[in-house]
Amino acid sequence: MSTHNNNNNTARVTAARRVAIFGGTHGNEMSGVALVNLWTKNGAEIQRKGVETRPFLANPWAVEKCVRYVDTDLNRAFTPENLSAPGGDELPYEVQRAQEINKIFGPKGSQEAYDVIFDLHNTTSNMGCTLILESSKDSFSLQMMNYIKKAIAPASCLVLLNEHPHLKYSTSRSVARHPVGLEVGPQPQGVLRSNIFQAMRVILKHALDFIELFNEGMEFPSCTVEVFRVLESIDYPRDANGNIIAMVHPNLQDCDWEPLNPGDPMFQTFDGQTVHYQGSSTVYPTFINEAAYYEKQQAFLTTRRETLAANAISKA
Amino acid sequence: MEVDEPVLLPRLARVAVCGGTHGNELSGVYLVRELLKEAQEKERDDEGPLSVQTLLSNPRATQQCRRYIDADLNRCFSLATLNGPVSEAAPYEIILARELNASLGPKGSQEAVDLVCDLHNTTANMGLCFIAYSDKDWICLHIFKHLQRQMPDIPMRFIHFNISKKESYSLDSVGKHGFALEIGPQPHGVVRSNVYTAMKVGVRHILDWIHYFNSGSVFEGGYVDVFTMVKNIDYPRDSQTHNITAAIHPRLQDRDFCLLCPEDPLFQTFSGEELTYKGNEPLYPFFINECAYYEKGIALSLARKKRVMIPPIRAQTEVEKQASEQSFASEEEE
Repeated sequence: MSTHNNNNNTARVTAARRVAIFGGTHGNEMSGVALVNLWTKNGAEIQRKGVETRPFLANPWAVEKCVRYVDTDLNRAFTPENLSAPGGDELPYEVQRAQEINKIFGPKGSQEAYDVIFDLHNTTSNMGCTLILESSKDSFSLQMMNYIKKAIAPASCLVLLNEHPHLKYSTSRSVARHPVGLEVGPQPQGVLRSNIFQAMRVILKHALDFIELFNEGMEFPSCTVEVFRVLESIDYPRDANGNIIAMVHPNLQDCDWEPLNPGDPMFQTFDGQTVHYQGSSTVYPTFINEAAYYEKQQAFLTTRRETLAANAISKA
Repeated sequence: MEVDEPVLLPRLARVAVCGGTHGNELSGVYLVRELLKEAQEKERDDEGPLSVQTLLSNPRATQQCRRYIDADLNRCFSLATLNGPVSEAAPYEIILARELNASLGPKGSQEAVDLVCDLHNTTANMGLCFIAYSDKDWICLHIFKHLQRQMPDIPMRFIHFNISKKESYSLDSVGKHGFALEIGPQPHGVVRSNVYTAMKVGVRHILDWIHYFNSGSVFEGGYVDVFTMVKNIDYPRDSQTHNITAAIHPRLQDRDFCLLCPEDPLFQTFSGEELTYKGNEPLYPFFINECAYYEKGIALSLARKKRVMIPPIRAQTEVEKQASEQSFASEEEE
């Protein structure tokens, strides 16, 4: 893909001709599963002029068992080591699957890779609609997110930027040139809530509209986008044996994206004591009390607010 | 009901509080661990006539944070399942159910514990519910009434499944009295502090009531509104793939125990069509959109509500107990 600035600082970006929509990267996150099943049967809604949009069930075995994963988390599996690992069907199921996906939609990093992959997720956290961005330099994705935010206003859709050297992970969508994560919550695992399903559907509609407009030659002037940049992961307090000894405090529960100040209540022990946030400055927590993160030692993520500048873009 | 004389019932000497019957329903898991820790630290003196055992029913499922390993433990306690043929290849939970029946039961016998309180969570917006097999078990109904009074800010309902002792299939049916204490909404695999606290306070009040009861207090009569389960409704499904083709309608989602009338919205298909309730009778929905019930073919359950009058009750004294046993014995002779 070529993007280079011309004299007016407009980035020329190749048209996005091949777009995939992944559902069931985690088999128990039901909105994406239901949407992909729906669109596989009847894809009229996701068709746009000049774009091939392919709905795809990323982890079918996990979907069938209605679990997050069978052997290992598919959304952490797209590391260079895994993608080139020999061993065929001796490998964990999700590593094999990652290699397959990389073949179909990649190879990751190459000219042949898909232009955009939308990866549909749900969370038990009260995050509302969240778009996940993997690079602050991806003007195309930034412009898309700006477009979506404006289109659904006054409803809100926030942008989470994960560029953290250690906390960034190798997602299924990272196979594409422009990986776009879509996280909608709160929804319990294994449950399909109408309102959550509809919200995700609307966001995708606007995202595809953007792609169609861009491909037809519309120029998008430079803009700024407010994002929340991942800072650090905070674990639950644990005892010497690794057992959790406190829960997210009632004052913090469901308060994703609201400021957490030094000294604010953060956890509550099972016998009622409060543990306070000891950071040196105000942060914006998210992924508060996500079920899948107990085993990843994460009670919530902290972020800071930032305004990113997106170059003007037009079709190359 | 004009009964001034309290109904006399045997004391509750042995009580079991069980968590983790479903390993991913975390309030009960963490509460049982906390109660075990408290018991160790306090080195409680003899509690008098009451012995409370606290246990994790399904340790393997709890350790893996799953509902079950092979089979739903809370469906393994019918007499047929408990007494059926033994096989080495039997599902983990069948073997486990027999062990639990041996230690807390045997179900239906004199040796069974007096009360089983089994802790559960649901993804449905049900508040706090007691689920029991009888609408005439005055012990369970009085405990419920006590909790309602002690915890007025928590929406509370008593659900009755009209199933015989023999056919009853859940862990709480092993004791002479028993109920499931179900609190939602909470996602499985998550512990929410407000839900944990409600369960902790609820169990505390339950044990307090038992102490008062055992010490001879009279509990005045009154009434409890009981929801008796009538039927379940499944999701509309694709005839070939069996995948669901609609979600609970947004106007029904989270409205557990709000009366559902004929023609009220029930489901919304993925193509936006509204499907309505086709029954003839208005009923009360519950377990609306419970995650674990998708595989059981249940989108929601429906109940009829009725007011049950409960008599005043008091624990039998030793003297009364012996007198009643003697008179029973002499009746038998005659």
